[in-house]
Amino acid sequence: MLAQQLINGVLLGSTYALFALGFTLMFGVLKVVNLTYGFYFSAGAFFALHLTKQWGWPIAAALPAAAAASGVLAVVLDWLLLTRLRRINAPELSSLMVTLGAVLALYAGMTTWLGPDIRRLPAGVLGGEALVLGELRITQAQILILLATAVLVGGLLALMRLTPIGLALRAMAEKPDAAGLMGIDTAKLAALVSLVCGALAGAGGVLIGLNFNAIQPYMGEAMMLRGFVVIIIGGLGDVRGALIAGLLLGVVETLTAGYIDSGLKEAVAFIMLVAVLWTRPSGLFGRAHIQRA
Amino acid sequence: MSLLEVSSLTVRFAGLVAVDAVDLAVEAGSIHALIGPNGAGKTTTFNLITGLIPPTSGSIRLDGVDITALPAFRRAGCGMARSFQNIRIFAGLTVLENVLTGLHAGLGSNLLDVVLRLPGFRRQERDAVARARAALEIVGLAGRADDAATALAYGDQRRLEIARAIVARPRLLLLDEPAAGMNPAETEALAALVRRIRDAGTTVLLVEHDMGFVMGIADRVTVLNFGRRIADGAPAAVRRDPAVITAYLGAKVAARLEAAG
Amino acid sequence: MPVWLDDFLWTYQNVVYALGINGLLALSMYVVLAVGQLSLGQAAFMGMGAYSSALLTLKLHLPFAVVLPAATIPPVLFALAIGTPTLRLSGVYLAIATIGLGEVLRAVYLNVDALGGALGISGIPERAGMVSIYGLLIVALAVLWLVARSGIGRAMEAMREDEIAAAVMGVNVRRYRLGALLASAVLAGAAGALSAHVSSFIGPNEYGFEPAVTILSYALLGGISSPFAPVAGAWILTLLPEALRGFADLRLVFNGLIIVVVVLFLPNGLLPLRMRRWVK
Repeated sequence: MLAQQLINGVLLGSTYALFALGFTLMFGVLKVVNLTYGFYFSAGAFFALHLTKQWGWPIAAALPAAAAASGVLAVVLDWLLLTRLRRINAPELSSLMVTLGAVLALYAGMTTWLGPDIRRLPAGVLGGEALVLGELRITQAQILILLATAVLVGGLLALMRLTPIGLALRAMAEKPDAAGLMGIDTAKLAALVSLVCGALAGAGGVLIGLNFNAIQPYMGEAMMLRGFVVIIIGGLGDVRGALIAGLLLGVVETLTAGYIDSGLKEAVAFIMLVAVLWTRPSGLFGRAHIQRA
Repeated sequence: MSLLEVSSLTVRFAGLVAVDAVDLAVEAGSIHALIGPNGAGKTTTFNLITGLIPPTSGSIRLDGVDITALPAFRRAGCGMARSFQNIRIFAGLTVLENVLTGLHAGLGSNLLDVVLRLPGFRRQERDAVARARAALEIVGLAGRADDAATALAYGDQRRLEIARAIVARPRLLLLDEPAAGMNPAETEALAALVRRIRDAGTTVLLVEHDMGFVMGIADRVTVLNFGRRIADGAPAAVRRDPAVITAYLGAKVAARLEAAG
Repeated sequence: MPVWLDDFLWTYQNVVYALGINGLLALSMYVVLAVGQLSLGQAAFMGMGAYSSALLTLKLHLPFAVVLPAATIPPVLFALAIGTPTLRLSGVYLAIATIGLGEVLRAVYLNVDALGGALGISGIPERAGMVSIYGLLIVALAVLWLVARSGIGRAMEAMREDEIAAAVMGVNVRRYRLGALLASAVLAGAAGALSAHVSSFIGPNEYGFEPAVTILSYALLGGISSPFAPVAGAWILTLLPEALRGFADLRLVFNGLIIVVVVLFLPNGLLPLRMRRWVK
């Protein structure tokens, strides 16, 4: 029972980690808390739903296509909402407010258009048999989640560590002025980061849609709550912290749901967030940025 | 006893030692200059003294009282005020309101007073406005009191910062490059203003690059280089100090100057 | 009261109440924005006020004069728990920590039986009305107006523009921020208690993400040049859907777009008139 819970928790947590990775990267590189991020999660799930249901694509093709489409959406929205604020060097709360207003409009518009009902992926998509190892049961959706998460996270880390553009991104995340020094075009950089992060969120949406087989316009908003918890626990902008904190949150939530009450898992996540703010405000793995003024 | 006593003040940022065991004693009633090449740690020292950044080690005493651990806003109440190298006036406020913020530490601003507006509180407010106008008078901005602060020219904005800093009659005034961007006539007027502030009982510690200004006005000069104190003394002595010449001009030029005589 | 006014109030009672309550909510956002912070917990604070007041009235049968102030205690405690650690950090921390609060509490309301679960709480007696709602709104406006015109308002504007320079002037930035957040919790909690006691029913879905953003749109539309501006913003955004009933579905889309447009193009809101302070 516990082993099963732990496996479910790690799988759920790996999706949280994947989701939070894009969110924290956006903050780290672009210095913006972009709240439209959750919408790309919803959008990815709906793209995949459309591709599998209307066009009959297999999930292995629909997943990358939906991720790519979400990435493009992120680039467009970033350009529409944030170009101007970046140019005038607006305070960070301005961009937070703009993306907050935009995401409410997007969710509400999507709900008006598609309705608030929960939708399900077509039956064939999920595959049939679960893998049974003794007492443990792992569904095909879970295996897909694990594989996809490993590929995406591994790919992203390789990009960050091995390619010149990745090194530039890391330099940006660690030193805000670095982009100027290295002659990086901010507009291009914002587009690239939005593309990568939007794709991560979209892939996360498809995977969570698969895991729970429930797709709904506001699913990204519920996920954002996890995103906030993970990036605060992991430290704002900290890639490694997001991965560890994502896994941790998945396990804690699953155990809470399994042993206490599934209705309390949000509350437990939030208590973790507040506890970290009180004790280690810069995240479990970060350095403090406390203001003296 | 000195008014300000800084001893072995040190701060490190990410392994870099920005201020390294600096000692500084500012005598009451003096004008004391802190000079040094770019990156010597002058503004960082100011930020440490005013509490904007915490020191790694060392202590700061004002009139014998250890203020090392006090947050910035409490130091205003202890009689410390400053101007900034990059002007930091409040753009949304008028000139007079900017000066009034300088009295914040001294004004009892509790919610009940503000809501009840009893006669005593209103008298205190009127008094504050009178003091703010007097400070504007001293720096020569009395006519601009009700203008938007952003409408002032650059040099006037610097003077506004000084008015805001002196309005509470601080014991110690820190001026960070007050003459930056000023023409010779303005610099001269500034020197007279700083002397007047000193004569009115405020001790002045200033950072400045304009050597003519510093040598003409300072009673004592402390020189920093790479975060360390390399000289300290009367202006005339400091100017001849080989370590100071080396710091400013480089070792080669200093050696040549020495050889030349 | 003249008969025509009585008739008018009877017909439009819900709208008139909503104007007062939304005005209070706009003020609860204003006080935080006025010190340069962003809290998105106002809807959650309102929900805590609504639920705790409903329970105090229904279970303990306390008079409304006791219930109303008591209902502000839970939001104040939450504001302290979240505000104390985050207000030392950059502004994004408070925004992030509060934005999820409404969703978390919704899950709690839904799953705790004593709070009515999905059905919410119904049968709350109508104890609030014109006098309590508008009385509180007028008092809040008067106090905030006096504060804004005073040296406290000056210090708030100073720290909103440059917190470092304000601290050097002796402004205790952290205390002002926490004070603003607590005032915000009191105003939103009271608004929640009032709304629960005019609508007889409260449910778990009324205090989540959407109302949180809507409250922000009130304050941003009006601007924060004076406390009257956000109330005007709230009134415009409350009356507009009433006038345009055909577009009710798009109300949230509209509220969201207002935030985008205002932040991008009208950073001072619709009413950017500068308030004069007493400087005579």
